Amino acid sequence: MRRGSATKTLPTPERDPNAPLLEVVDLRTQFRTPRGLVRAVDGVSITLGRGRTIGIVGESGSGKTVLSRSIMGLLPRSNTIRTGSIRYEGREIIDLDPDEMRPLWGAEMAMVFQDPMTSLNPVVRIGRQITESLRLHLNMSKSQAEETGIALLSSVGIPEPAQRMREYPHQLSGGMRQRITIAIALACGPRLLMADEPTTALDVTVQAQILDLLGEQQAERHMAMVLVTHDLGVVAGRTDEIAVMYGGKVVEHAPTADLFANVRMPYTEALLGSIPKIDDPSHTRLMAIGGRPPDLVNPPTGCNFAARCAYAQERCLVEEPPLVEATPGHLYRCWYPVGSPENLEIRSRLTEQAPAAERPEGVLDDADVKVDPGAWHETGDV
Amino acid sequence: MPALPPEPGPEPSPLGDRNALMGVNNLAAEVGMIEQEHASIIGAELKAQGDPEAAAALAKRKLGLPFWIAIGFIGLLTFLAVFADWLPLADPNEQPRGASARLEQSLPPFSYRVDGTLAPLGTDSLGRDQLARVIYGSRVALVVGFASIAIGLVIGGALGLLSGYFRRAVDTATMASMDVLLAFPALLLALVIVAIRGKGVVNSTIALTVVAIPTIARLVRANTLTFSQREFVLAARTLGASHLRVITKELLPNVFLALLPFIPLAIAVAIAAEGALAYLGQSVEPPQASLGGMISQGQPQLEQGKWWVPGVPILVLVMLLISLNLLGDRLREFFSIKESAL
Repeated sequence: MRRGSATKTLPTPERDPNAPLLEVVDLRTQFRTPRGLVRAVDGVSITLGRGRTIGIVGESGSGKTVLSRSIMGLLPRSNTIRTGSIRYEGREIIDLDPDEMRPLWGAEMAMVFQDPMTSLNPVVRIGRQITESLRLHLNMSKSQAEETGIALLSSVGIPEPAQRMREYPHQLSGGMRQRITIAIALACGPRLLMADEPTTALDVTVQAQILDLLGEQQAERHMAMVLVTHDLGVVAGRTDEIAVMYGGKVVEHAPTADLFANVRMPYTEALLGSIPKIDDPSHTRLMAIGGRPPDLVNPPTGCNFAARCAYAQERCLVEEPPLVEATPGHLYRCWYPVGSPENLEIRSRLTEQAPAAERPEGVLDDADVKVDPGAWHETGDV
Repeated sequence: MPALPPEPGPEPSPLGDRNALMGVNNLAAEVGMIEQEHASIIGAELKAQGDPEAAAALAKRKLGLPFWIAIGFIGLLTFLAVFADWLPLADPNEQPRGASARLEQSLPPFSYRVDGTLAPLGTDSLGRDQLARVIYGSRVALVVGFASIAIGLVIGGALGLLSGYFRRAVDTATMASMDVLLAFPALLLALVIVAIRGKGVVNSTIALTVVAIPTIARLVRANTLTFSQREFVLAARTLGASHLRVITKELLPNVFLALLPFIPLAIAVAIAAEGALAYLGQSVEPPQASLGGMISQGQPQLEQGKWWVPGVPILVLVMLLISLNLLGDRLREFFSIKESAL
């Protein structure tokens, strides 16, 4: 067991206290598959300061999970190509091998996973799962680690922590288990926490508690957090900024309040539109975004989202829109952004053409969306 | 589950002896205990409803009487084999001499020798005591069976864990060599090894270990593959655990638990294989007793109607194999709900 190599600090010369905690520049992650190269993350740039929170939002297959694992360096190395730059406190970590990353994992950056049923070892007592990294990274003695573990459990709101230490994961509820995975991730005081859909596998009533817990712990420890989710509702009140991902690219990136107030990207608008509203009458059809995410092996020419976009024009199918800045800090990737005069014009044209009424939104396929871009025009009121 | 009151089950759970007998580690016992607890709570509920069918379904969740009979037989035989030197047994290799020798050959069970001593399981064609020979023969079978599987588990287990965890080149190389071993008919491979190395308990063990390794390695690899895809392995990596730590602390306990029911079955196969080697005269050197050797030596007696001479070792071998198989089957059924419960 190579315990000695796991030190708490990085070699000092490369460390820059003035650099942002995490700086990702033009990160591309590609997988070699029999079908061809999958461009799972395609030129993503993110900067995250100490103690700040960024939400990464997107649907399944948008590359959000791959992005978080790329940053951590957790992807299998054999068939993965990573290019670009990932700087942690100014130090380039993209080309570190797993042995060089190991001192960082747990001690500097940690991860909370989606499903606490599978992210805890079913046949190992909770106590040992918590104390293991304490003993590894902080060189604690057995009794010290035990004490710290109990303190950690009670800090994440687990009753009777001493007794829980002796139990197995299956003896606890889902919410409790997720609290424990959080306690384990926080054990060595990381400064960057990756939360990969931390509430997706949980009961709705427990979701808010877990998010509150993450927020509390984050504020207390002045820890930066990357909150990956498919649910805009989750990130709304709990992040400083949001990056919306689609087909491996960031399609809109803005401070949280700005994003919700001034949506630019039709995809973000559609995501917001798909959240059911409490004051809708019963049996209102749910707004869905028809079609499927783009093929990442052979991405379409032009805009990734064009095939599913209500406002798609000729140009969208040919030319790829660049990431442009609307207001300082608010970036988007669209030729006809929501709120622009061009977009308003397309919108009014659409309402004239199709008396929208009974389009069964949920059952559209790609082809459908192409011939009738009016698929989800009702979302303009967001 | 912890929130439920510790309700007494319909029958007291025989936890204590099970742990002692099976000699499993804490963790398996713990899982077992939880299941037992769960089962007895459900059992109580069903009894209250008075539903005999459902109660019968519940009976499947218990290890059952045959299991304990099997455990008892294996335990008894093991006890006799281990303490054979101190038990009041006749010398297994001593042949009667003199004028009366012919009278003491191939005696049926429960008959007396000329000098009035009892031969509980009769004598063989040379007049040797069958009970003593069966016990000493079982000793060989058990030692070879347990030792070859134990060593096979260590070596095959390590190979399987490594190739299942690292995959790629390690996996290709290991599994290719395992396939080469598997390609030989198992008994033929064992015979070749014994032919090269000579007879004896140690060489039989080595031969059967080599035969067992590829199967065990494949099984362990398959289990490792599924477990290493689980998120808790990735979670351990994100906490900075080394490969060695992931393999020994995260994967090994899971894989071992999955493998547990397989162990008695593997031992049964090894014992049967040892019996086959001995039957072919390739296990231990005569006059040392072995079950297979006793069967082959007693075989000519069948023609004279003295079926009990080969019958005694056959019965012991068959009962031992059935017991081990039953043990494995029941364990597998018992642990099979594990996946859904966790």
